Amino acid sequence: MSTAVAQKRGLGAVIWDYLTTVDHKKIAHLYLVSGGLFFLIGGLEAMIIRIQLMKPDNDFISAGLYNEMITMHGTTMIFLAAMPLIFAIMNAVVPLQIGARDVAFPFLNSLGFWLFLFGGLLLNVSWFTGGAPDAGWTNYAPLSTTSPGHGVDYYVMGLQISGAGTLIGGINFLVTIVNMRAPGMTYMRMPLFTWSVFVTSTLILFAFPALTVGLFLMMFDRMFGSAFFDVGLGGNAIIWEHLFWIFGHPEVYILILPLFGAFSDIFSTFSKKRLFGYSAMVFATVLIGFLGFMVWAHHMFTVGMGPIANSIFAVATMAIAVPTGIKIFNWLFTMWGGQIRMTAAMLWSIAFIPSFTIGGMTGVMLAAAAADFQYHDTYFVVGHFHYVIVGGVAFGLFASLHYWWPKMFGKVLNEKLGKLAFWPFFIGFHLTFFIQHFLGLMGMPRRYWVFLEGQGLATGNLISTIGAFLMAIGTIIFLINIVYTAVKEKKADADPWEHGRTLEWAIPSPPPHYNFVQTPLVRGLDPLWVEKMDGKEGMTPAEPLGDIHMPNASILPFTISLGTFIAGFGFIYQVDDPIWLIAVFAGMGLTLGSMLTRSLKDDLGHHIHKEELEEDIKKGVGK
Amino acid sequence: MADQSHSKPIHHQEYEKKQHREEMKQQVLTFGLMILFTIIAFGMVIFEVNSYFIIPTLIILAVVQVAFQLYYFMHMKNKGHDMVAVMMYGGAAVAALTIITFTSIIWW
Repeated sequence: MSTAVAQKRGLGAVIWDYLTTVDHKKIAHLYLVSGGLFFLIGGLEAMIIRIQLMKPDNDFISAGLYNEMITMHGTTMIFLAAMPLIFAIMNAVVPLQIGARDVAFPFLNSLGFWLFLFGGLLLNVSWFTGGAPDAGWTNYAPLSTTSPGHGVDYYVMGLQISGAGTLIGGINFLVTIVNMRAPGMTYMRMPLFTWSVFVTSTLILFAFPALTVGLFLMMFDRMFGSAFFDVGLGGNAIIWEHLFWIFGHPEVYILILPLFGAFSDIFSTFSKKRLFGYSAMVFATVLIGFLGFMVWAHHMFTVGMGPIANSIFAVATMAIAVPTGIKIFNWLFTMWGGQIRMTAAMLWSIAFIPSFTIGGMTGVMLAAAAADFQYHDTYFVVGHFHYVIVGGVAFGLFASLHYWWPKMFGKVLNEKLGKLAFWPFFIGFHLTFFIQHFLGLMGMPRRYWVFLEGQGLATGNLISTIGAFLMAIGTIIFLINIVYTAVKEKKADADPWEHGRTLEWAIPSPPPHYNFVQTPLVRGLDPLWVEKMDGKEGMTPAEPLGDIHMPNASILPFTISLGTFIAGFGFIYQVDDPIWLIAVFAGMGLTLGSMLTRSLKDDLGHHIHKEELEEDIKKGVGK
Repeated sequence: MADQSHSKPIHHQEYEKKQHREEMKQQVLTFGLMILFTIIAFGMVIFEVNSYFIIPTLIILAVVQVAFQLYYFMHMKNKGHDMVAVMMYGGAAVAALTIITFTSIIWW
């Protein structure tokens, strides 16, 4: 079983290995590849949108297709690109940072991934079956409940399935971080990335149920004739908006918080300094998570909630600027006086600070409820949320990938190409979105298929489109870098950045599949740094060398998820023809049958024996 | 909490036995109270007490029952359940916030 044995295996064996794996490191690869793929699809949709808006009265795509593009761009980027890419980093890094051999529930980890993937595939199948969802990524009723065709049904089923996967993943990381920290790693010694994943997982746990409920109501309204959102039958369309944003606002913190954590680790490593204000950073992270639940209605200032509700949510929203400001200043102070190395990861991180701060500032502007009536549903909003999501999440993902790539794949991404990818993306990003604020202030509404000539919007939109192309070039260079690195670069050391501070840098790159030969003893914040300062080579073990218990691989997560995928089609099409109920029963049968198999069949895992470990140590695994 | 009592010294075993007796007593007492609450609840409905009185009383009884369940039968009163408590109260707070919004903003 030992992965240290390098042997050539057939493609079939590799595919089977990935289909059945419960190893958090391989699941990270799966998340990365599928999230990356959806990122490219979402990016392609963005390019099509920008080409359509390149000049006034353009007819590059039809109005209906444009609606599908904006809907799928938003949905794909949030649910199918950003979320899984974050889960990729979480899976790759968190167990290593806390000194664990895997997550608490490896089987569920795999299940979470396959549910996400099949949900995402289901959503994208809609392109080929007569029209993608077209009611915007927020899917507001009654636009969504009255949308013809099956597009919105795909939205409902796809997000329901992938949302279940995300919820499972979130719970898994909560349990992992609470229970599986190495001896000595108290809460206040956890690296900030782990802390932020912990808070993020809490947000997932509390926020996703609201989406689940909302999607179920939407499903019943569209497929089974209920009227939760139908005003004509006594329903209320605003309920969807509230449920969506009770989920949706925490969701944006779910996206950004893990990357706040990643930036903290990156700044600290490449400044060769301990993170400034560690406890304030932890406090700020928790506070952002807490306040994130109190502000959802700022997306709905114009629906007529009344001045009191609007004021409460406006003030709560502005309050979030305080903990975020604490973080920005702490990152700056971490760098101040540090021995800064401008690696590609650091470049993305430094670029993040001003970019995100601009997004935060426009966020406070939008939070002023009275002013929001002017900005609402204009390109000002589009500019704002792209500044925080691209300038925060996308920059953060690029930075994290550069930083942890050696730990995930055993090779450092080429630095020159990394910086070459950064500049066009960075410049393109600001070209694309900065001008959109002004387009919005000039009155250009979001989600419109065309704009007219002679309204002064043409130049701004052209600049925006040029910027989008620059971002595409940056992304392509990054992809080239991945291939180049895989082919040309040499194998990385355990601690390729030399100043690694946290536990993941104490083990080989990539780690053996049991991660730690012996569980390490943590003696302080930045445990590896503590040992380095004491002049030691690596971590002090907390246990004698002994057999390691590891979980077995299983195909059941795949079949459970495949079942929901099949049942999803059944639910969507049974409206037209009851014969499709066969798919519902077959799919749910597969899902429930697989679950039953899992429950009845004892799977106690396997042991890696001491002798094998000693062999590995001789090859240099343990250090 | 772990049951490795056979490997522990005698006085420790006795201490644990005493703890278990105490625990058992509390559980039986709570169980009795919960049955009593249920009888009261059913009784009030059967004897058609004024609904302005019944509804709040039932809610209070239900909350107490949930607390008994969590703290005595599911051991939240014991040590090492801080995180469980934080998560449960967090979830309850979010749920309460949702209900308050729905009742105050949407359906007022």
